[in-house]
Amino acid sequence: MSEVKETLPPEEDLLKVGVDPSEDGRIGTFVQEDDRVVSCGVRQEGVDLLSTRRALERFPEVRDYLWRALEEDLALGEFQDGYFIRAHRGVRPVFPVQSCLYLSREGMRQHVHNIVVVEEGAELHVITGCTSRARRGTHVGVSEFYVKRGGRLHFTMIHAWGDEVETMPKTGVIVEEEGVFISDYICMHPGRKVKMYPTAYLVGPGATARFQSVLVAVPGALMDVGSRVYLRASNTRAEIVSRAVSMGGAIIARGHLVGESPHVKAHLECRGLLLREGGLIHAVPELEGRAVELEMTHEAAVGKIAREEVEYLMARGLTEDEATAAIVRGFLNVDIMGLPQPLQEELDHIIRQSDQESL
Amino acid sequence: MLRIERLKVEVGGKEVLHGINLHLPKGEVHALMGPNGSGKTTLIMTVMGFEGYKVTQGRIYFKGVDITHLPVYERARMGIGLAFQRPPVVRGIKTRQLIEMCAMGREVDVEEIAAALNFTEFLDRDVNLGFSGGEMKRSELVQLMAQEPELVLLDEPESGVDLVNIALLGRAINRLLGRELEPQEGTSLKELRKRYARSALIITHTGHILDYVPADKGHVLINGHLVCSGNPEEILHTVEKYGYEECAKCLR
Ligand SMILES: Nc1ncnc2c1ncn2[C@@H]1O[C@H](COP(=O)(O)OP(=O)(O)OP(=O)(O)O)[C@@H](O)[C@H]1O
Ligand SMILES: [Mg+2]
Repeated sequence: MSEVKETLPPEEDLLKVGVDPSEDGRIGTFVQEDDRVVSCGVRQEGVDLLSTRRALERFPEVRDYLWRALEEDLALGEFQDGYFIRAHRGVRPVFPVQSCLYLSREGMRQHVHNIVVVEEGAELHVITGCTSRARRGTHVGVSEFYVKRGGRLHFTMIHAWGDEVETMPKTGVIVEEEGVFISDYICMHPGRKVKMYPTAYLVGPGATARFQSVLVAVPGALMDVGSRVYLRASNTRAEIVSRAVSMGGAIIARGHLVGESPHVKAHLECRGLLLREGGLIHAVPELEGRAVELEMTHEAAVGKIAREEVEYLMARGLTEDEATAAIVRGFLNVDIMGLPQPLQEELDHIIRQSDQESL
Repeated sequence: MLRIERLKVEVGGKEVLHGINLHLPKGEVHALMGPNGSGKTTLIMTVMGFEGYKVTQGRIYFKGVDITHLPVYERARMGIGLAFQRPPVVRGIKTRQLIEMCAMGREVDVEEIAAALNFTEFLDRDVNLGFSGGEMKRSELVQLMAQEPELVLLDEPESGVDLVNIALLGRAINRLLGRELEPQEGTSLKELRKRYARSALIITHTGHILDYVPADKGHVLINGHLVCSGNPEEILHTVEKYGYEECAKCLR
């Protein structure tokens, strides 16, 4: 397997987005800095990790995965590189593969095309951290995920961009019979603008998709983030959960469920907290039923922290700031997420900052 | 321990308490009774200092300190603890975490105090989310046991709690108040109580909790006036037999 190992971006930048250079508890690492792959290697039997360009040269079948889960977008032009990850049939590594897409040069436009394939009965966890040293730049990330029969893909993506970076990821996912796709997306530094609407197609009976997003927008930031699931086969299940906190920035939290087959079940939940003046949270939940006997529900709530809850915690001895921080942390704590430690600290820091500023 | 003087309180622009005087000495347990809407909850929420309860006249003293205008958390840190009649749901915070917060850095054995209230299985659930009436009451008490306040304000602690759990609750309250003392050589139980015991103001409609936690005194609140203070059993008996109207006559 091709091993690339050059100088990595600064450790603290990587850790912040869940990428650990020591590779503790990881089976492989991929790092692309601007347009160049600087690290690529995997230590697990039955798992391929290559740059997308290398993979296209090496395995002819990879071409079939290009633009299959997404509609081809010629306007984007040629991609520079990206990662190709494949878990072979029945392979179930204990630890995740980690990847980092890093913007280092000012004003750079990074364009990657990623492909993840989970073969029948295989399981894979991929962590992708996207971050930058540059203040200004553009990141175009095209990702196509294929979960075959009975496979399971857990995809964790963490965004932490420089102040003026703009990001437009495009993600398409195809899940076959009894396959499971789980997406956890965490964004606390969206840069100037993040716009994305990843879409999963549940094409085999019993397939499942779950999208969870945790979004925090500081002043000047715009996040237009949604998830969409097409439930195309019987007994498919989908859940979209988002938690949005505005510290003065704007968040459009979208969700779209399309039930196209009988006996599907889907739920959509958008909750937003507005912590500071000037912020915006716009929840746009959409349910579209196109078959009989389906069950689709949604819940949306946007508001400020309930005074009653703050005072409840104050009655237990917490100051107003401590109570507020505890509630916000709780609000964002979408259980299963398992936020990496540096990120947890970062989140606390952001909350504390907003407390101080609002004094 | 707690002294309330000529207290008038407005809620939502309406005066609810019209000049309350009440003295709760150290180590005593007082019961507060009265019809729905008479202002019982308002009184203890005001003692705790919540925003919506506006003191327009009078003073509240705790351990000799005027706390009338102190923020809620300072009162909590001084040693006042409140079990809410209707506590709010706090999503994303586990009950266990909240109990740990209540201890304010002191070591507490969360498992042990939860077990004492038959509450272990609720520790890993979000605070009050989907709790039944009785479960909320037990949750409130577990929190207070971690907080260890000197003055305990209990707002209908037994309402909605089944008979088995009321006994547990009663025992826990006694423990909280330091009333579960063993006699010691050279001193009487009564003396011990004076030295250690904490104080409580318990709101109750039925008086059931008083079977487990005997009260030294009872007060009756009607339409925002304290109309009667005296032997709690006698008061309960009178109310049961003749209704609150009879209590109201005491005022004259
Ligand atoms: N936020 C509020 N806005 C307007 N009125 C209120 C508010 N809170 C309480 N009140 C009113 O104040 C009065 C006293 O209420 P309080 O809750 O203190 O009664 P209580 O004696 O505890 O009654 P219960 O036995 O039913 O618990 C009631 O008439 C109630 O409707
Ligand atoms: Mg009440």
